[in-house]
Amino acid sequence: MTETATAGPTSPAATRRPTGRSWTGFARQYGAAALLVLLLAYNAVFTRNFLSWQTLMDVQLRQAAPVAIVALGMALVIAVAGIDLSVGSVMAIAGQVGALTVLGGLPPALAVLLALAVAAACGVFNGTLVVRYGVQPIIATLILFIAGRGIAQLLSGGKLTGFRNPGLQFLGLGRIAGVPMPVMLMIVVAAVLWFVVRYTGYGRTLLATGGNTAAARLAGVRTGRVTMVAYIASAALAGLVGLVVIGITAASDANNVGLGVELDAIAAVAVSGTPLTGGRISVVGTVVGAVMLRLLQNTLIAQGVPREIAQIVTGVVIVVALFLQRRAR
Amino acid sequence: MAQEPLLRCSGMDKSFAGVPALRDVHMSVAAGEVRALIGQNGAGKSTLIKVLTGVYRRDAGQVEFAGNPVDFTSTQDAQRNGLATIYQEVNLVPYRSVAENICIGRARRRFGLIDWKAVNAEARERLAALDVHVDVTRPLVEYPIATQQMTAIARALSFDAKLVIMDEPTSSLAEREVATLLDVIRRLRDEGVAIVFVSHRLDELYAVCDTITVLRDGRTVADSPISELSRYDLVSTMLGRELTESERRGQHVGATATAAAPTVLEARDLRRAPVLNGSSVTLRRGEVVGLAGLLGSGRSETARALFGADPVTDGEIHRDGEPVRFASPQEAIRARIGFNSEDRKGEGIIPDLSVRENITLALLPRLLRRGIVDRGRQQEIVDRFIRRLDIKLAGPDQKISELSGGNQQKVLLARWLCTDPEVLILDEPTRGIDVGAKQEIQNLVRELADDGLSVLLISSELEELITDCDRVVVLRDGATVAELEGEDISEKSMLHAMAEGTAATGSRQPSGSREEDEVHD
Repeated sequence: MTETATAGPTSPAATRRPTGRSWTGFARQYGAAALLVLLLAYNAVFTRNFLSWQTLMDVQLRQAAPVAIVALGMALVIAVAGIDLSVGSVMAIAGQVGALTVLGGLPPALAVLLALAVAAACGVFNGTLVVRYGVQPIIATLILFIAGRGIAQLLSGGKLTGFRNPGLQFLGLGRIAGVPMPVMLMIVVAAVLWFVVRYTGYGRTLLATGGNTAAARLAGVRTGRVTMVAYIASAALAGLVGLVVIGITAASDANNVGLGVELDAIAAVAVSGTPLTGGRISVVGTVVGAVMLRLLQNTLIAQGVPREIAQIVTGVVIVVALFLQRRAR
Repeated sequence: MAQEPLLRCSGMDKSFAGVPALRDVHMSVAAGEVRALIGQNGAGKSTLIKVLTGVYRRDAGQVEFAGNPVDFTSTQDAQRNGLATIYQEVNLVPYRSVAENICIGRARRRFGLIDWKAVNAEARERLAALDVHVDVTRPLVEYPIATQQMTAIARALSFDAKLVIMDEPTSSLAEREVATLLDVIRRLRDEGVAIVFVSHRLDELYAVCDTITVLRDGRTVADSPISELSRYDLVSTMLGRELTESERRGQHVGATATAAAPTVLEARDLRRAPVLNGSSVTLRRGEVVGLAGLLGSGRSETARALFGADPVTDGEIHRDGEPVRFASPQEAIRARIGFNSEDRKGEGIIPDLSVRENITLALLPRLLRRGIVDRGRQQEIVDRFIRRLDIKLAGPDQKISELSGGNQQKVLLARWLCTDPEVLILDEPTRGIDVGAKQEIQNLVRELADDGLSVLLISSELEELITDCDRVVVLRDGATVAELEGEDISEKSMLHAMAEGTAATGSRQPSGSREEDEVHD
């Protein structure tokens, strides 16, 4: 979480902070990262074979990657002071569309394109409600959260849609340079977003729109379009993750794909120290947050802590993260 | 009004973080009296109202209400004791019914349940007493602001309010609705209710008020029957101008030089009820034109309409002689117009972004190369304008919210200047900033105009308009009522236009024995 993307390269000016709140400031910026380091250290000592490529890449990171990618899209929407509850349902729709396309005998590349296009269309729907009709984001995206799952189930006919297609399965099971595809996608998406936020005009207008919409509009920013793009990106990334998930199991389960992912994604953004009030984004922090929360759960469960207790501990960690954010204001 | 006042306060002091907002303020109002309370932004009206109604605690002073010393601890406390407040923004529950809004908190119950029939009947009755006849079971939000305000008044009266404070109730009402409200005020007065009425529309004050209290810089500067204070004196007292004026006048001689310059921006008869009722202004190249007027006269609204920030329902805008219609600020910016809002916090700065990003926000589209910000050029421009405007900061990466008000304002000016505009609209650019920065900004505006930039300057400070402007357009109730040029720009002529709606007297002619010359406070 080295950047908050509000300022450019660090200069003496940016580091000149009142010393009084340095501890909370540190905790807010690096709290999740510090916890991650702590968890890694703990596991390195107490978990057998933890520090192996196998465990780190194929278990921990691969499990965290889907939520992390969704969380990156969520971070974009949160940067414009929105929220996207529909990501889980969009995952299910995209996965179902992808599965049906290859089952129909079409090439996997087309399946991916089609699935992403449908997901993006869901983003257009969300964005239109928010931008054009001024519906509150939580309500606007609740619509697809509910109806989207229904659409996916309708497409599936209520059955598990199994398929056998090496191309599509590659997204879930393949490797590039030894790195599992989900992890690879997470790295690529994070890198692209990091670049976009830091160096592009869109990144600037995104933060300006979320930071002060009225001011941004008066400065000539097309705030509506900026917001729309954030929702489309969030939905498209959710669609991508939907394909990854069905690629892993070689089956689309419209009832369960992406179930509850929206909350995990919001939690990952929140523990990264990003306020839900908009105007800020932390790409690296979001990934760290998602990986940390997954590792926390895995560690607790590996230690024999019952799942219920693990959930409670996760909740406590999020509360602590939010508390630190408030203190740092 | 010989009788004992219902409310009397004196010696009222209130400071915020050491900055005095009220200093030894006094005001009184009797039963059956309508008192006008007026003052510029920051004069202390809102603070006084909030101190009286228990929103803030006063630092010093006595308040007597109905003969007893009181010290309300909350608005509810004040309301229970018969002092109700009706705010400009109606603060009721929008999605509950009209009846609920009137009776909420003390609804009649039967067998422990709310007796809706009785509640609705009571609400209907109370509204009928105000001559409002609506379906009280519909949600409040479905009705126009005027009806919502009547609902607020009915609610206030349902608490047997002896005193009703109305804080700019008319600012968002249409003309006909205002007339209804004034009728209601008269009716309440006749029933013995005391009213404190805050408005910036002089016509309304003179139509309905018996007495007037004028605040300026947190002090009571006038307290008299309204019939004894002419409009002219009212405005000059409010703005703090003595009648011994007329020395102050346009000091520079740029006016003649720009008279022949081409018109770059023109607004003709802009309308959008109720705020704009035919405002017109012409801006020539290299000219500084002032927009003068009281609060609510349509100055900012005119500026925003010119910039495409707000729509108009009627009227024309011409840019370099061509008719234009900006659908958004972005289109205005492309036509090389800049606009700096009066609300620096709400509509100016992006608090979490660095000074660098704040400066280049409007320029951003031109800094992009295939979507990527050209950092080198950005840095070069940022450095140049930080130097040019002498912005005091630790470095361009500093967050803008950490700068002082004056430096924030300079950053916002830089935001527009770096776009190389031909027209710059500045809405109260020097409000709330320190004297040094203010002088710098004023000098800068002059220099820019000498270099050919056209500036439309909105200011509540007459002195600023006189020293800075080649011409001044005076607005009143959303319409242009006077245009003053060169020598004719004086405090007297501007005050006159604001008060009377005409520019009858140029400053050279003696104004004769008009009524206002005989009165003083």
